[in-house]
Amino acid sequence: MATLKPVLVTRQVPASPRQRLYLVEVLIGLGVTAGHFFRNMGRWLSGGKGAVTYQWPEERRPLAPRLRSLHRLVRREDGSPRCVACMMCETVCPAHCIYIVAAEHPNPDIEKYPERFDIDLGKCVFCGYCVEACPEDAIRMDTGILEFSAYSRAGMIYSKEVLLGLEPAGADGLPTVQPPAAVIRRGFP
Amino acid sequence: MSALAVDLGIAVAKVGFVMGFVLNLGGLMTWVERKQSAVMQDRVGANRASIFGLRLIGLFHPLADAIKMLTKEDFIPARADRALFLAAPFVSVFFALAGFATIPFGDVLRVGGREISLQAVALNAGILYVFGMLSMGVYGVLLAGWASANNYALLGGQRAAALMISAEIAIGASIMGVCMVYGSLDLQEIARGQGAYWAGVIPKWGIFTQPLGLILFLTAGIASTKRIPFDFPEGESEIIGYFIEYSGMKFGMFMMADFVETVVIAGMTTALFLGGWQVPWLFADGFQFPGGLSVGLPHLVVVALQIGAFVLKVVLMCWFLMLVRWTLPRFRYDQAMRLGWLGLLPLAVLNIVVTAAVLLL
Repeated sequence: MATLKPVLVTRQVPASPRQRLYLVEVLIGLGVTAGHFFRNMGRWLSGGKGAVTYQWPEERRPLAPRLRSLHRLVRREDGSPRCVACMMCETVCPAHCIYIVAAEHPNPDIEKYPERFDIDLGKCVFCGYCVEACPEDAIRMDTGILEFSAYSRAGMIYSKEVLLGLEPAGADGLPTVQPPAAVIRRGFP
Repeated sequence: MSALAVDLGIAVAKVGFVMGFVLNLGGLMTWVERKQSAVMQDRVGANRASIFGLRLIGLFHPLADAIKMLTKEDFIPARADRALFLAAPFVSVFFALAGFATIPFGDVLRVGGREISLQAVALNAGILYVFGMLSMGVYGVLLAGWASANNYALLGGQRAAALMISAEIAIGASIMGVCMVYGSLDLQEIARGQGAYWAGVIPKWGIFTQPLGLILFLTAGIASTKRIPFDFPEGESEIIGYFIEYSGMKFGMFMMADFVETVVIAGMTTALFLGGWQVPWLFADGFQFPGGLSVGLPHLVVVALQIGAFVLKVVLMCWFLMLVRWTLPRFRYDQAMRLGWLGLLPLAVLNIVVTAAVLLL
């Protein structure tokens, strides 16, 4: 086991005479910011971009594909949810934000299906455990949607229907569907 | 037309020019402050306000500010001293605006046998007048702090008053060297005096004759505008400032007073240290370059060049003051006090002594 070398941390570096004069350092600092000013102005005037910031929401920064964004429920070929209501995600969820109501599936090959599948995004910590835990690959966090908000706590509860309507993000990491409007579910547990 | 009416017309025109210049530049500074800070910090800056999708690099933001300030609730605290509370922003903005009156923006304009001195008010003690106006600004701040019936506002007002007094004494002392070199208290005479040349090449501007005076004046000038790095009257995070109880346009007037003071400091620096309206090697009858080359120019062109040079210098100084404001971190209160009383003032006195010694020798 490697031992860490103790490092002497000085509380304050004594100022050199030049720094104590203050004026030279001020002029150097002004030079730095003035340099940024003229460089950026040159870029602006020559039609370039003199800023490192993105002009949200017109310009969106491409996201990494592995970024965990808004959840979605994956469908089978016939359009029904892949979820078999095994409660794995609900169990593993550290924030206890997933609520599943299971029901008997008419198809004898499938044991159960979720009658209700709600995620309380007001509680969700976006840890991705639900995605990892799911044996059916029924829940993913690859929509690229980061902008969803609501005026009430109930509005942050997303239902099965909403989550099924989402699509994965495109190759550039940007969402391919609009962020869903808040869905208010009454009578939530 | 009687001579009186002509005189009156000329006076109104000059005052109108100066007021229009200062107020417009002060208003534009709200935009410059946002945009310049953005460009300096690799951001885009104000560009959201738009009219029919037209954004014009954020130039509508001052307009949006005005609409917002005029439509906000006009609030007066219940226990406030109503008269003083209402008077304070007017006092602040009036003395900031009046300061520019004696700063010359050009030499003499000769029209129809008249000689018009291009400054709003020709005073032979112009510098004293500007100091008087700048230091009266303290009253606006103190009144605002006192009349708000709020301890934070009172504390902010006290801090502002202490800062502005410590800075303004240093301003007064740092200017004396300039007055001694050019032998006048009249800003027009000082500007004329800066038209002389060393060996016919280097103009005798204040920046070359009084370099220490310039640094002291700028430092104290920035302090008297109450802006960063000397913004502890506001000191956003730890004390909210003398205008905490002000809302809407009354608050806007305090902000405007700061911007106008910045313009006045820029104008004073220009008039005292950057040659005022002087263009290098431009004399009353045209350019006379050191090499012996000379270009004759008509009188009106010379006057226009002088006014243009003055405006350009003031705008550049405003840019520089903004650069300082967005570069330096805030002083601690005791540091700024020590800088004002134990740094700037003794150095300014030293500057006076050295200047006097040099002038006598």
